[in-house]
Amino acid sequence: MALTKSAPQEGTPHDEPGESAPAGPQGRVTSPLVLTLVLLLLVTFQAPVRRALSAPVMQSWTTVFVAVVVQALPFLVLGVLLSAAIAVYVPPSFFARALPGRPALAVPVAGLAGAVLPGCECASVPVAGALVRRGVTPAAALAFLLSAPAINPVVLTATAVAFPREPRMVVARLAGGLLVACVMGWLWQRLGRTDWLRPPRHAPHEGATRGETFWNSVRHDVMHAGGYLVLGAMAAATLKAVAPQSWLRTAAENPVFSVLALAVLAVVLSICSEADAFVAASLTQFSLTARLAFLVVGPMIDLKLFAMQAGTFGRAFAVRFAPATFVLAVAVSVLVGTVLL
Amino acid sequence: MNRQAQSALLFLLGAALWHAGTTDLYLRYVKAGLRPLLLAAAVVLVAAAVASVGYGWRRGRRGAGSGAGPGSGLGHGLGTDGPGADGHGHHAPHVSWLLLLPLLALILVAPPALGSYSATRTGTALQQPLAYPALPATGPLRLSVVDYAGRAVYGKGRTLEGRRIQVTGFVAVDRSGTPYLVRMALNCCAADAQPVKIGLTGAIPPVLQPDTWLTVTGTYTPRTEKDPVNGGPVPFLRVTEATPVPVPHDPYDESWNT
Repeated sequence: MALTKSAPQEGTPHDEPGESAPAGPQGRVTSPLVLTLVLLLLVTFQAPVRRALSAPVMQSWTTVFVAVVVQALPFLVLGVLLSAAIAVYVPPSFFARALPGRPALAVPVAGLAGAVLPGCECASVPVAGALVRRGVTPAAALAFLLSAPAINPVVLTATAVAFPREPRMVVARLAGGLLVACVMGWLWQRLGRTDWLRPPRHAPHEGATRGETFWNSVRHDVMHAGGYLVLGAMAAATLKAVAPQSWLRTAAENPVFSVLALAVLAVVLSICSEADAFVAASLTQFSLTARLAFLVVGPMIDLKLFAMQAGTFGRAFAVRFAPATFVLAVAVSVLVGTVLL
Repeated sequence: MNRQAQSALLFLLGAALWHAGTTDLYLRYVKAGLRPLLLAAAVVLVAAAVASVGYGWRRGRRGAGSGAGPGSGLGHGLGTDGPGADGHGHHAPHVSWLLLLPLLALILVAPPALGSYSATRTGTALQQPLAYPALPATGPLRLSVVDYAGRAVYGKGRTLEGRRIQVTGFVAVDRSGTPYLVRMALNCCAADAQPVKIGLTGAIPPVLQPDTWLTVTGTYTPRTEKDPVNGGPVPFLRVTEATPVPVPHDPYDESWNT
C-alpha cells in the first residue's frame, strides 16, 4: 500500500508552483502552458522514450498498464455519467423515499440494488460518491459500493461461463458478495465516524444551468477518478510484470495459505470484476474455496479501487475501510466456501 | 490543472481512444467486444471537453467580474491544488496529471500485444474443452493453438492422428531452451491474458527468434510435458515446415469469450 500512498507526490513531476499561488493571470506558469510543453517535449524526444521502453519487461509493463486503463475507462465514463445524472437530475427526496428510513434496513436494500448496475468496480465508486452527496446514509451507499461490482448479472453470467462444471460457484459468489457488503454497511453504521469521510461537498459543480452542472461534474469526476485509476493501473502492471508466478505454486500446497495467497493476488492484480472469474478458473492448482476468496475480494478491494476510494472519500476513510473489507471478505469466503462448495 | 488544461486533456484522451477503437490498435489491449463501449467513451470524453470549453467561453463573455461559481471545494485530500486557491473552483487535483501517461503510451509508444516475455513467465492456461466439434475430413487441418492443445491433451489426439495440421502462433523459448508455439488467450483485457503453449519438436527452424509469428505445419505426437511454471499440460507438435507470417489482425485468442 505504501506505493499507492506515496505515488501521488512522486507521480506528479509537472507540478508548478504558480498554480496554487493566488497570483494574477499575468506572468505565471499556467497548466495549459505546462501541458503544451510536456507534449512538445515528449513528441520531440519520442525516439529515446521508445528505446527506453523496448526492453521486454518495460514492454510488458506498458502493455498491461495501457490495457487496464483502456479497459476501465468506458466503465469509469459510464459510472461518471450516472453519478452526474444522480447529482443533477435526481432530487435527494427520491432516495429518502426509495430507501427504508432505518439505516439497518437501508443497508441490505442498497446492497441488493447493487445488482442493477451493469458494470465493474470503476463505475461503482463515482456512483457511491454521488449517493453520499445526495444524502443517502453512508452505510447504505457503502453497501452499494461493495455489492454492485460483485453481484450484478454481467459478472454472475461471466462466472457461470468460466465455471461450467461448478454452478455452485455462482451461488457462492452471490451469497459471499452480498454478505460482505451488508456486514460492512452495518459495521460502518455502528463503528464508522463521519469525520473519516471527506465532508460532502456543497454543490461543487454549480453552474448557471443544469447542463453546465452536469458537464462540470462529468469533467471533474473523470479527471479525479481517472487520475487514481492510472495510479492503480501502474501498481497492477508493476506486479504483473515483475512478480514471479512460481510463488503461487508454493502457496497452493497449503490450504490456509492458499486462501490468503489468492486474496492478496486479487488485490494486487486489480482485474476488472467482469473478467476475474476466467482468471480464477485457470488457477486450477488452488482449491475452490481459495478461488472463491479471489472472486469475493477482487471486486471489493484492490489497488486500483483503493486509490479511487481514497480519491473519492478521502484517505482517512480508505485506510480504515480497505483493510476491514479485506479481512471480512476473506472470512466470509472461507465460511461460504465451507458451507456451499 | 485549470479548466482549459483539463478540457485539452479530456479531448486528447477521447481522441486517442477513438483512434485506438477505429484502428486495430485496441485489439492489442482489450477484447474485440469492448469496441462499441470504447467508441462511446471517446465520444463522451470529447463532448465533455467541448461542453467545458463552451460553458467557460459563455461564462467569460457574461463578465469576469461576477466571480465564477463558489469556492473550489475540490481541494481536499492528497495532492490537490489547495482548497479555494482561486476564485474559479474548477481546478483538478495534481493526480489528474497522471492521465497524461496512458495518453502518451497509447499515442507515442503503442506497446505491442503481450508476447514471449509474459508467455514464459506464466503457466499454460489450457482447460478441458467442452466438446470436440467435427473436423473437415480431408486436406490440412487449420487449428488454433487452443484447439490443438485441447484435442491433443484431453482428446488423446484421437481427432488428430494421421492428419497434416497447421497452427499459427508466436515463438517463445523457455529457460531450458524448449521452443514453444504460443497464443495468449484473453477474456477481457491484456491484464488477464494467459498463454496456451504447444511444444515444438521435429524439423524446428535452426534460428528461432522469440516473438516472431509462425505458421507451423506438422503432425500430432503423443508426447506431453508439464509446464515448468505451473505444471499444466503442454502437448507437442512434430514440425515438418514453419513459415514466418505477419502478426494476425487480433493477436489474442478470444475463443473463450463467447
